[in-house]
This record gives sequence, C-alpha cells and structure tokens, in this order.
Amino acid sequence: MQFVCFTLMPYRPLDMAERHKHRSAWVVLPNELYDPEKGAAEYDSYINHLVAAEGLGFDVVAVNEHHQTAYGLMPAPNIIASALIQRTKRVKIAVLGRALPLVNNPITIAEEFAMLDNLSRGRLIAGFVRGIGTEYHATGLNPVFSHERFHEAHDLIVQAWTRPGPFEFESENYNYRYVNLWPRPYQRPHPPVWIPSQGSAETIDWAADPSRRYPFLVTFSAHDLVARYLNAYRDRAREFGYEPSGDQLGWAVPIYVADTDERAREEAKAPIESLFNEYLNNPWEMLLPPGYTSLGSTKRMMKARAALGTRPKHQSVDALIESGTALIGSPQTVREKIEKMRDLTGFHNLVAMLQFGVMTDALAQRNMEMFASEVMPRLRG
Amino acid sequence: MPTMEQHRFRDLEARSLHAGEGDPLLFLHGSAGLPVWGPFFDTLAAKFDVHVPEHPGFGASAAPDWIRDVPDMAMHYLDVLDALDLKGIHLVGHSLGGWIAAEIAIRNTNRIASLTLMAPAGVRLHGVPFGDNFIWGREESVRNLFHDQSFAEQMLARTLSDEEADLALNSRFMAARLGWEPRWVNPALKRWLHRIDVPTLVLWGDDDKLFPPAYASAWTDDIAESRAEIIQACGHLPHVEKSAETASRIVAFLGRK
Repeated sequence: MQFVCFTLMPYRPLDMAERHKHRSAWVVLPNELYDPEKGAAEYDSYINHLVAAEGLGFDVVAVNEHHQTAYGLMPAPNIIASALIQRTKRVKIAVLGRALPLVNNPITIAEEFAMLDNLSRGRLIAGFVRGIGTEYHATGLNPVFSHERFHEAHDLIVQAWTRPGPFEFESENYNYRYVNLWPRPYQRPHPPVWIPSQGSAETIDWAADPSRRYPFLVTFSAHDLVARYLNAYRDRAREFGYEPSGDQLGWAVPIYVADTDERAREEAKAPIESLFNEYLNNPWEMLLPPGYTSLGSTKRMMKARAALGTRPKHQSVDALIESGTALIGSPQTVREKIEKMRDLTGFHNLVAMLQFGVMTDALAQRNMEMFASEVMPRLRG
Repeated sequence: MPTMEQHRFRDLEARSLHAGEGDPLLFLHGSAGLPVWGPFFDTLAAKFDVHVPEHPGFGASAAPDWIRDVPDMAMHYLDVLDALDLKGIHLVGHSLGGWIAAEIAIRNTNRIASLTLMAPAGVRLHGVPFGDNFIWGREESVRNLFHDQSFAEQMLARTLSDEEADLALNSRFMAARLGWEPRWVNPALKRWLHRIDVPTLVLWGDDDKLFPPAYASAWTDDIAESRAEIIQACGHLPHVEKSAETASRIVAFLGRK
C-alpha cells in the first residue's frame, strides 16, 4: 500500500461566530476575517507537517486547490508544491489537483507541472479536477461548460507534454497556433495523472478508459459509497477488457489515531465536526451550480435531498465514524477499517488526511507519528 | 384560454402557447421558463394574436447544442420568424427574454413593428450592482422577485410535483448556459443598440431586486425611439405582480404607434 499525507490547509483561527453569519465559508465569507499574521503562521505549520511526513516514511505528500475559502488556503497549490520540493529529497509530491476548467489558458498548467517535475527530478504526481461547485461562483466560469472544458484542457495538457512541439491545437474552448512547451516534463512520457473525484459515473468511465487508466481517488465519502465507487471503477475497467491494478484505486479520508478509541474520538471531535459543519458545509446552490453535474445526476441528487429534508444536518463525530466517512480510533481499529476496505476493493493508494478542521499542530503531529509507527507498517507489503 | 402548439425548427421541437387574434405579438419569457397564463396574457390576447414560445432548452423543449449563448438564441428566433412568415410583430420580452428580443432587434427588424422590454437582462450599467439569483436559495430567490411579499408567500406555499421540478431544473440549466458568464450580459449588445429602429418601450418595477430600474437608462440612451416607464410598488415580474397595469401600459403603447 502507498501512503499519501495530505492536508487542505484550513484557516484555523477562523472566528466561528462570524462564520455563522454567512451562508458558507466559501466565496461570500468576508476576507477581513483573514489575519495575514496568523495566516502566515498557518502556512509554516502545514508545510512543516508535510515535510515531516517524509521522515516518517510516507510515500507521497499532497496538496490541492480551492478558491476564496477558509476551507483551504491553496488557491495556487503549485506554490506549496514548489516549497515542498526544496525541503524534501525522496518523497513524491502530489497536486490533487489543479482545476483545469477554471483557467483560460491550460498551457500554464502544463508548464507549471513540467517545471515542478523538473525541479523535483520526476517526483511529481499531477492531479486533474474540475473544482467543486463553489469554484464556479468564485471564478464566474460557466459550470455548464465545466465537463467540456475539463476534457479539452486535459487533451491539450497531455499533448503539450507528449507531442513534439510546436504544434497547433484546436477545440471549442481552446485554440493555439503554437504549443511548444519549454521545459518538457522530466518523467517519460509525462508525470502520473491522478483523478480525485466524488464518484460520478461519468468520471469513473472517463478515468478507467484503457487509453488513460488514471488512478482514481474517492474523496470524503461514506465507507459504503467509497467501496461502491472503487468497485464501479474496477467493473468498468473489466468491461473495457482489462484488470485494473490496486495502484489505480485510491481513498482519501480523514484519519485520527490515539491510544484508545475513546481518546481518539474525544480529541478528533472538534476538528472533524468543524471540517464537515463549518468549513465544508455549503448550501445546495453553491455546491451544485446548474450544469456542474449532468442533468440526470442532478435530478437524482435533488430527489435524494428532498427525501432527507432541506436543512443540512449537523454531522457529529459519531455519525462520521459510524458511516466510515472518517477513520477515528485506536491504531488497531483504524488499521482494521483500512484492511476491510482493501479486502472489499483491492485499493492501494491511501490518501490520509491527518490534519483536518481546527486540529492543532500538536495533535496533528502526534496523530501522524502514531499513524506512521502503528498503522502503516502492518499495511505495507 | 391558450392552446399549446408544437413547432419543429431544424432538429428541435418547441412548445408554444397561442391565443387571440389581431396583429402578431410574440412574448419571450424569462429564465424561469414558460409563464403561467394569467390575466396579463388574457388582456393582450383580447387585442393581439399572442404567441408565447418556450425557448429551446427550457421546460419540455429540447436543448440543442448549437445554442450556446443568447446571440445563438436570437439567430434561432430569426429563423423561427422566417419560418412562420410573421410580419409586423410586436415583440415583448421579459428579463432573459428581453435580452433575446434586443439581440433579435439589433440584427434585423424587418418583421418587427415594436419592441417592449420588461426588466431586460443583457445590458449592464457599470457601478450599479445587480442580484445573484444563482447563489440565492429558493426562498430568497422567490422573495427577491416581488415587492408585495404576498405573491412570494403564495409561490412558496406551492410544492412542485416531480415533473414540474424536473422541468424547472431543465430551465435552470439552460438559463445558466445562456446567462452565467458574463453574468446576464452581452458586452457587445450595448454597442449595437442604436440599430434598433422600431418604437421601444422599456418597463421596469421600481423595486426590482434582481436588475435595478436604474438600468432602464442604459437602454433608452441608445435606442432612438424609446421611452422608459417605471411601475410603482413592483418587483422583477411586472406581468405577474402588476398584471393589469403592465398589460394596459403595453396596450396603450402599441395603440399609440
């Protein structure tokens, strides 16, 4: 099993009373609530956290992209990736990922990833995402064209990495007379591409396609859903006529370990509840702008939501443990849950979020050390 | 009462409400889709041959991939006018429909006798902010449509059937396709408003929380034969909230010319 240490870099000093005056911690949360002194210290903490992961034996450290939000302070994740490259030697650096449809010139993404791949001498893993629904409010880009832009930008980037330049590129949204990347990527034919997703059928189908076989990561979902989506990928690959390897299957999940289940639950309660209820929680209109998911998927989700009632429910630590959305407990409890998922799906990439929500540096450090010493070793091999 | 007609243009099927006799009047609906036929339409249908087509992509009408923006929609309607061979049309558009009507009129007014724009989208007055009906929740959206909140209460008290909710979602998707970016505006439109050479009436509710009535001047400044009329105690849907007054203003305008 391959272990990825990931953090969202949430802005922890957030004034929660102020937060509650606004519909979301995204897009509309006034940035006067951001204090640059405290924010600068946050960057130090999180970069130290990821650098420490190398020493503890993680295989990959990972960052990602979100815009105009206290949920994560990385609108430009490649900047963090670049800092990590300078402070690490062995570990791979995953950017999970860049949101392709949000830029008007995807060549810049191909260029930056190629630079990072050279700077790290081939330690880069390139993630491609569409961004969550809120990013389409943050950037103003039309969510209706999100899928179309994603596919075109993907094709452009991969061609920019692999085709001898200069060449011409034409598509509905992107048109270039000259595509001619300097530098080219360090890895051949190009850095590995991972696809983090919430499990839409369209994404699974696209990522599993034999021409791509991109590793697929299910993020922030209940245990049963994670198993269903990973197996859907496996089934799709088999329908395409090949057997996917465990390296193509990944699970991104908040994890907290302590000596006992009780202690873990107690220490993780505030951080995990803040993650889901304060930082991540969004009204429907922000999370699912029209066109972000297909009409059919949106209709199914709306019916499911109507059945649940209109008010978003408070997600308690117990409910999140129960559903397997977060892994919280003793090293043995957490290890067994990971083994269970491995037995169910054969997944190989575990993206462990060991700092989340308002979790302090001290707890995050103890958590990752215990995870590395008590959970990881027995899952290797 | 209107009849529901089905039209076929190129590869798409579109529904249209039709009632009345007289000079043709084409009503282009806003982003919520085909309107409920109320007293406003009855008043117009008493004097005119009223057609209310459902825009492609809205409600039950198919969303062809060759309509990506409002200029495409305007070209589609120019095709429709040719196909129906209508002449001397009184073109009336509300909100998104007003924007479409204006995009039609800057291209070709040969078949158009007059233009009535009710709280039209499509042109922005810089420095005057407008509402964000894509971020508003359902209740907020409904409340922000009206001055008189009893209309909002009535609308909120209704539960949509599954089928109605599906049709509303179709409309919301198509409205986003046409109006999300740049939001509810075509920067090029303002540059060509001077081409509108038919009498034009701009109607606006004085308490429109989506598009403020200050936008009216952005239209009348550039359209030669145009005037703006502000309807008091009225929100974004004059034909619903002030149906009698709005209809009689339109009838008076069309009678004068």
